[in-house]
Amino acid sequence: MSFMFRLATRSAWSRRFTLGLMLLAIALSSAMLLGIERVRHEVRTGFSQSVSGADLVVGARTSAVQLMLYAIFRIGGVTNNMGWGSAQKLAKNPAVAWTIPLSLGDSHRGFPVLATNGDYFTHFHYGDGQALQFTEGRVFDSVFDTVIGAEVAQRLHYRPGDRIVLSHGIGNPRLADHANKPFTITGILAQTGTPIDRTVHIGLDAMEAIHLDWGGGAPMPGLSIAPALVKKFDLTPKTITAVLVGLKNRAAVFGVQRDIADDSSEALMAVLPGVALDELWQVVGVGENVLLVVSGMVVIVGLAGLLSAILASLGERRRELAVLRSVGARPADIFLLLALEGLTVMLAGVLLGIVLLTLALFALGPFLSAQFGVTLHTSLPAASEWQLLLWTILAGFVTNLLPGLRAYRLSLADGLTPGI
Amino acid sequence: MNDAAIALRDIRFTWPGQKTPALVLDRFTVEAHAQVFVSGPSGSGKSTLLALIGGIASPQIGSVAILGQTLEDLPASRRDRFRADHIGFIFQQFNLIPYLSILDNVLLPCRFSAYRRARALAQGKDLHAAAQSLLRSLDLTPSLWARAVTQLSIGQQQRVAAARALIGRPEIVVADEPTSALDSNRQQAFLDLIQHECEQAGASLVFVSHDQRLAQRFHRCITLNDIDPCANDGAAA
Repeated sequence: MSFMFRLATRSAWSRRFTLGLMLLAIALSSAMLLGIERVRHEVRTGFSQSVSGADLVVGARTSAVQLMLYAIFRIGGVTNNMGWGSAQKLAKNPAVAWTIPLSLGDSHRGFPVLATNGDYFTHFHYGDGQALQFTEGRVFDSVFDTVIGAEVAQRLHYRPGDRIVLSHGIGNPRLADHANKPFTITGILAQTGTPIDRTVHIGLDAMEAIHLDWGGGAPMPGLSIAPALVKKFDLTPKTITAVLVGLKNRAAVFGVQRDIADDSSEALMAVLPGVALDELWQVVGVGENVLLVVSGMVVIVGLAGLLSAILASLGERRRELAVLRSVGARPADIFLLLALEGLTVMLAGVLLGIVLLTLALFALGPFLSAQFGVTLHTSLPAASEWQLLLWTILAGFVTNLLPGLRAYRLSLADGLTPGI
Repeated sequence: MNDAAIALRDIRFTWPGQKTPALVLDRFTVEAHAQVFVSGPSGSGKSTLLALIGGIASPQIGSVAILGQTLEDLPASRRDRFRADHIGFIFQQFNLIPYLSILDNVLLPCRFSAYRRARALAQGKDLHAAAQSLLRSLDLTPSLWARAVTQLSIGQQQRVAAARALIGRPEIVVADEPTSALDSNRQQAFLDLIQHECEQAGASLVFVSHDQRLAQRFHRCITLNDIDPCANDGAAA
């Protein structure tokens, strides 16, 4: 048997150029497969970690998915607000460690405006529990200050100190600007890969202030309150959109959830963000299946290339196999020779693919993270990825056996007269 | 019958997927130590005859006995072993495995057959010595041994193939058009060598060729015609 192994090695070495190309093809397609799989996984993880650390999202009664859509992803209109009193009551609940009030509804050149308070910048976490970071500037401290997300700054070329005007609602900005109350950018947040990148943050009092002279969704005719005068008014919000809640003890989450649902003073709901995000992913996750299909096709194309390369090299092998038959090689020996090579090339190709991907991620990781907010880890393949690779190896092995079987049958049919 | 190296009787063989038989043969016998010339036009079933002798194919009708052993009684894997043990083959061309050294090519039968290995070891102090002494007697000088087989001339390659066929002293050597790629001077020289070595080893030689000029150098000459066996004197053996 050791002789067959040596023979297989020498034979493979003599065809090292062809085999090298095959190896590269396998490596590239398995690196691609693994890369796509990793992106898929990271996008999903990134999605499910759009908010982390918050134990509950509380808002007016609606569906859990709806609440997540507007509170976390700023998608769609807010159907119902909750009273500020309920938010304050919640903050005083002994089980609650912190709350972040969120108020939505305005926009700036297509980017949603989120009104909140300073707690947002200390308690909000995303990803694996990362806190928000400022690339420039600091948290707002006077009423007409704003902090913008990384994408807003990048797309609109904003710098701290720039003055911007917010628009009422999420519709056409030209129709209803809060033109008389411009905001000053005080800070720009670092890229997070979450909806925060597209958000313009202002204080809750600012949200009240810009709507002081408004009524029924339009500026009140004849009434215009100058920015300098807004402090003379009570800027405590009457309603807000949602509250993110952090608990002192996570185990209390269902109790607090029930308390909120049972509160008779206002009809509220509390959802567990993880559960709601999973539910939401089922809606938007169709793309995930598309990626899976793409991965599959990448492998099929790679293996098709492999098959044609092997078939092309079959002619020269026919003679080799016929000679081996004549000196006493059994059909099983021939089969072993071919199978051994197929498996080895496949294994080596996949391993090379892993190495290639790791190098690529190492080189491109920072770029991907900065540009797309997708953090791809340069780790060893996870269990699910090993499974995928195992299937690839199996598929490649079977693909390899097809020309192998053909060569084997030819060598039987050639008998002792090598095909010429 | 038992002293015949090769005995085929009442053969009818059709390759799978073919309608007409590739070989129909009443009798074909090669005695031990005999040197037989087999000729016939292309399509007369020479390749088929070799496949039957080698046990690669089994006739649908008839019997093939090699050294007294009827091949159809053996399972396919035992026939492969039997072939490796008792028959050395030389082909027209592409005899050698390009990625093996000359010595490794010569020693190939010893890798697949313990019988041939044992007999080769009986000839020299080790396998390499046995191969080297064969190469020397086939006029392949040590200066050539280090070369890649692809760097050898056709004549040299054929002599390496002859050494491979002869190593471990198989009882039968089958040569299929081994000289057709050589010019006529080299044909004669090659034939001298192979005939001499077969005599030395006590092997029967079945030499297949369409070149009738070579026939006179053999004890016996058998002509395979389209279907009918037609022999100078062979059929009566």
